[in-house]
Amino acid sequence: MRHALRTLQSGVKSLYLHPMRSLLTVLGIFIGVASVIWLLAIGEGISKKAQEQIESLGADNIIVSTIKPPNEALSAGGGGGRMQFPEYGLTRADYERLTETIPTVIKAAPLKDFQETFQNGSRKIDGRLVGCTPSYVDVVKIAMFDGRFFNDQENEEARDYCVLGAGVAEKLFPYEEPIGKLIRVGENYFYRVIGVAQSRDPSAAIGSSMKSEDYSFDVYIPLKTMETRVGDTVVVRRSGSMEGETVQLKQITLKVKDVASVMETADLIKMTLDDYHTKFEDYGVTVPLELLEQAKTTRMMFNVFMGLIAGISLVVGGIGIMNIMLATVTERTREIGIRRALGAKRGDIVRQFLIETIVLSVVGGGLGVLVGLTCSPATTAAMGLVKRMNPDLIASLPPIVQELKPIIVYWSVPLAFMISIIIGVVFGVYPAIRAAKMDPIEALRHE
Amino acid sequence: MKDYKNKNANPVDESGQFFAAKLTGVKREYVLKGETVYALRGVDLEVPQGDYVAIMGASGSGKSTMLNLLGCLDRPTHGKIWLGQDDVTSLDDDSLSEIRASRIGFVFQSYNLIQQLTVIENIEVPLFYQRNANLRSRKRCVELAKLVGLSERLNHRPTQLSGGQQQRVAIARSLVNDPYFILADEPTGNLDSKTTAEILDLLDELNAQGRTIILVTHEDDVGARSKRIVRLRDGLIESDVRLRPNDPPPKRPNALV
Repeated sequence: MRHALRTLQSGVKSLYLHPMRSLLTVLGIFIGVASVIWLLAIGEGISKKAQEQIESLGADNIIVSTIKPPNEALSAGGGGGRMQFPEYGLTRADYERLTETIPTVIKAAPLKDFQETFQNGSRKIDGRLVGCTPSYVDVVKIAMFDGRFFNDQENEEARDYCVLGAGVAEKLFPYEEPIGKLIRVGENYFYRVIGVAQSRDPSAAIGSSMKSEDYSFDVYIPLKTMETRVGDTVVVRRSGSMEGETVQLKQITLKVKDVASVMETADLIKMTLDDYHTKFEDYGVTVPLELLEQAKTTRMMFNVFMGLIAGISLVVGGIGIMNIMLATVTERTREIGIRRALGAKRGDIVRQFLIETIVLSVVGGGLGVLVGLTCSPATTAAMGLVKRMNPDLIASLPPIVQELKPIIVYWSVPLAFMISIIIGVVFGVYPAIRAAKMDPIEALRHE
Repeated sequence: MKDYKNKNANPVDESGQFFAAKLTGVKREYVLKGETVYALRGVDLEVPQGDYVAIMGASGSGKSTMLNLLGCLDRPTHGKIWLGQDDVTSLDDDSLSEIRASRIGFVFQSYNLIQQLTVIENIEVPLFYQRNANLRSRKRCVELAKLVGLSERLNHRPTQLSGGQQQRVAIARSLVNDPYFILADEPTGNLDSKTTAEILDLLDELNAQGRTIILVTHEDDVGARSKRIVRLRDGLIESDVRLRPNDPPPKRPNALV
């Protein structure tokens, strides 16, 4: 033990003889280890976020949404009349068919939405007016902050009730209790507030058919009310011309009996819809479960990829160490000769140089771990800096990058450290053996 | 493997005669580029305890080969070499290393101190390789440094010392393992005449205290300081002349000189 300690001490002394060289040698391993930890942490942060968002959609849900077909397809298929607007998308009949013919679907929430302006006196805010059924609360998991959601009967009766998203409530009723008040939607209609939803994290865009959604600027009204008051046709007046379209339902969220039957239900839904949507592809099916599986695979591939890159830099670092150690061994040939003459066995020489290499790689690994652990605060600081200097750049990044929070993967720290020691051994053995194999007589004669 | 570390401080064989080193019929041949070079052609030599032998000869006479064999850095192709009571002729590399660490005190022409170690650490190196470096041995190293007149410079590096001082450190190092003999290879070759005289005085002093010394040199006046001159020529002993009688102190000095 004492002997090993002395060998270590002597190794550190030898390295200290050339501090600059030792520092540069360490750099390779340092960068390698730090990047293993950083890359894995960033990868973990991104994929965790994505996974959370997918999970918030519900693993037992299937989301069918209307997709606007390309304009050429629309004008080719639509009627030719002057006031005839193209009609596409999901229909109420689709909703009936899906809920009635597919036994594994236990709940379904149809909805349609428009961009509207909400007003309370002089206060104004733009948001999304969502017409939906009470089942939407269960399917999308809206939690109530105050008041209540409308019930089925109120939906059937097409009452003028509404439920505000958290952001809308805050903007329109900053100092008063919103429940029971009237808000004005668009130009003509008034709705009575019966509840306020709790704020929730916005979802990011997932897959091809899901846009990112920020639920806090939603106002929910009964679907029936929307159908009677607004109708299916939306007309936009542009200078000199009118454009419009007819869409019955924007989206149907279906809840499946259990997670195991999600995939086959999704297939059934596609088959059912395909029979009736022959003119053009005007709907998309999003299966969060499928996305979740994909996200997991992506995450694993990402980790492997990151690990590979980091691994390469570690190997490069190791080769750097070996290179320096080989030079050191040649340079210290005479010292090796002296030590051998004074009674060092081959094993002593191997140990001496191996320990020096391991010291180098452990110091590099240790520094790498320290810097690796600063990943999270460093990223936050860097983001803050960029945000202050160039806010547009940050705004142009996808939200998943904007909100990036690296999560240190707990096993990456011991792993990176172990790897640095292993590299020390692997790349140190050859120079050390070369040193030990020298003929002491030759080595003593070396200038 | 035999443990060569546990040596008797004063081992004497049955006849009462103790040879620090003994060579019988030693030959050493090398094959260089397909040609056999006969470096030593059959050498017999006995170095009794307490003797001070100068091995001399022109270059190519086999001096260096003899030095390497006596220093257990090389093995003979024929013949036998004994250190004390042990035949070291055909020991493996590790055993030879142990022999070097415990029984031989090397002094080289170019001092051969380890640059990154201090004076005291340099003196301790042979003990370190005997796994014998501890606090007590540290004390012994300090005393040896005092003996060679370097007690003021224990924590200096070799580069901070003069040539003569470095050679003193080397001599202290050669004594630290209480060796069977000091093997000095041109110890004054790099020194000026004044320092040479000092170092040779120190060697005389050590020999007077009972240390066996084998000195390899090509300088006649250095050789003349010894008790016995062995001349080599073409791999054979040309002459073996005793200058002074060898009557060492009755007991081989123990531990500290």
